[in-house]
Amino acid sequence: MAGSNTKQVTFHLRRFEPGKDAEPHWEDHSIEVTPGMTVLDGLWKVKELSAPSLAWRSSCRMGICGSCGMLINGRPRLACNTQVSELGSAIVAVAPLPNFDIIKDLVPDLRPIFETHREMLPYLLRDDTAEQEDPTREYRQTPHELEQYLQFSYCIKCGCCMAACPTVATDAQYAGPMPLGQAHRYDSDTRDAGFDRRREVLAGGSGPWRCHFAGECSQVCPKGVDPAKAIQLMKRQLVSDLLRLRRRTPPAAVAEAPHGTMRDDIPAAPPRTVTEA
Amino acid sequence: MRDRTLWTWHIGAGAVILVLLGLHMVIMHLSGTLGFLGVQDAEPTGWASVAARAGSLFFTLTYVALLGAALYHGFYGFRNILMELNPGRTVRSVINVGLSVVGLALFAFGTWAALAAPGAATMAGG
Amino acid sequence: MQTRGHPNRLGIRGWVGGGRWGFERYMYTLHRLSGLALLVYFTMHIFVTSTRAVGPDAWKQTMSVVSGPLFTMGEYLVFAAFAFHAVNGIRLGAIELGFAVGRPIEPVYPYQTSVGGQRRLARAVLMIAFVVALWGGLDFFVWK
Ligand code: SF4
Ligand code: SF4
Ligand code: FES
Repeated sequence: MAGSNTKQVTFHLRRFEPGKDAEPHWEDHSIEVTPGMTVLDGLWKVKELSAPSLAWRSSCRMGICGSCGMLINGRPRLACNTQVSELGSAIVAVAPLPNFDIIKDLVPDLRPIFETHREMLPYLLRDDTAEQEDPTREYRQTPHELEQYLQFSYCIKCGCCMAACPTVATDAQYAGPMPLGQAHRYDSDTRDAGFDRRREVLAGGSGPWRCHFAGECSQVCPKGVDPAKAIQLMKRQLVSDLLRLRRRTPPAAVAEAPHGTMRDDIPAAPPRTVTEA
Repeated sequence: MRDRTLWTWHIGAGAVILVLLGLHMVIMHLSGTLGFLGVQDAEPTGWASVAARAGSLFFTLTYVALLGAALYHGFYGFRNILMELNPGRTVRSVINVGLSVVGLALFAFGTWAALAAPGAATMAGG
Repeated sequence: MQTRGHPNRLGIRGWVGGGRWGFERYMYTLHRLSGLALLVYFTMHIFVTSTRAVGPDAWKQTMSVVSGPLFTMGEYLVFAAFAFHAVNGIRLGAIELGFAVGRPIEPVYPYQTSVGGQRRLARAVLMIAFVVALWGGLDFFVWK
């Protein structure tokens, strides 16, 4: 029984069963959509009612785990972050994110970007290993310095940008917007001293030189990360480094101990829960 | 050479082309505009103008500079497109060597023409 | 990396748009095409103009070959490609050296991107290129 608020919508789904199908094919499932329903909710409904074997990846259903990136009506988006009504169409076409191999149905193989991400050394690189392993205090950073990378740190590694990038569409060597954006996130962090090490990868042929600002990555990013901006700022850093114009500053130091008297009733820190093997 | 260096030269060459080719376009192809400004009387592609320019050190130097910058800029851009087609290792080397050889050959040929032109002009009594 | 599932890379189809089509995507495609056209023309141009090193007769003969209306039209197209490639090249240079993309900002909804930020620049590029091409057209065909 269709209520006045519900609408009949066709989910046009790209399906692929490894070992059985030679090529992916499309399949239609009609469901009733209620206001506020997301594409992810719709997929659950289809699975419940008519396609029990339908496979996709999702977890948090609130746009933070980055697992439900899909090609929805021709644009890479998060299924959990996209309401059916906002698409303004009676047909919702869902395909796996392009530029990644298809494992099954809507499940892309995201491992390549995770591996490339790892090559970018996406963590603070410093000399004071002892302090990093067993911190005495925080590293000093001003709010303005924080702002230089905060935006890029919102990335949830969903891969939508990689599916939209024209260079990634052909070039398997290109690192792509997600890993490059994350390399810049650390290169622009004042606590980090890893620029020279990351440069080993970035100055080469898989680096930002393959980006021509078609801008698609930033347009589709569901978290406002703007990887295209990160990549252009990265080129600027790398080129000014080549021309010896880059100002080199040592990484932020450990904040100095607060002055004044210490309260004497502060309880001791609990014992470490993680010990080295 | 690494892509960072090549790319930086690509941008630099682009800036050089912008100035020199802008000049070249106005002088050679926008004769009407120059006529407006009252600078041009002879046909720019007429032999007399060609011979006059060939004898000028300024024109010879800028020709060679423009030739080099434009060839580099163009061939690097072309290489970008080819590289983004994801060729294998061997094809990559072939592209690198091939484009460099063709680019250098064209540069040598164009430079020869620029340097030999004054001779041709004097011989013809231009 | 070796394939671990059914391959799904878009290929060259992805260059012109895999069903997305942003404004800057058109500019990117146009920049590539105009660049390739200019490279082809430039290579020919080197050979044509180098006849001046042979002497006036060779030069005059070549010029008479390339002065027909078909060649003027072709040259004009090259001029238009140059106009776009040059003006858009200035924009790309400014952007790719990190000058026209803005500073990092806090991503609050609705998100603003560097792409949206330079959109006006992109429109201006198209307009200036159009005006330059128009000017060239008048010069090529009307004032000659
Ligand atoms: S940059 Fe944006 S689109 Fe790309 S992986 Fe991160 S969150 Fe997803
Ligand atoms: S701006 Fe660069 S990284 Fe982003 S989609 Fe375009 S080419 Fe790819
Ligand atoms: S399910 Fe976690 S981002 Fe969509």
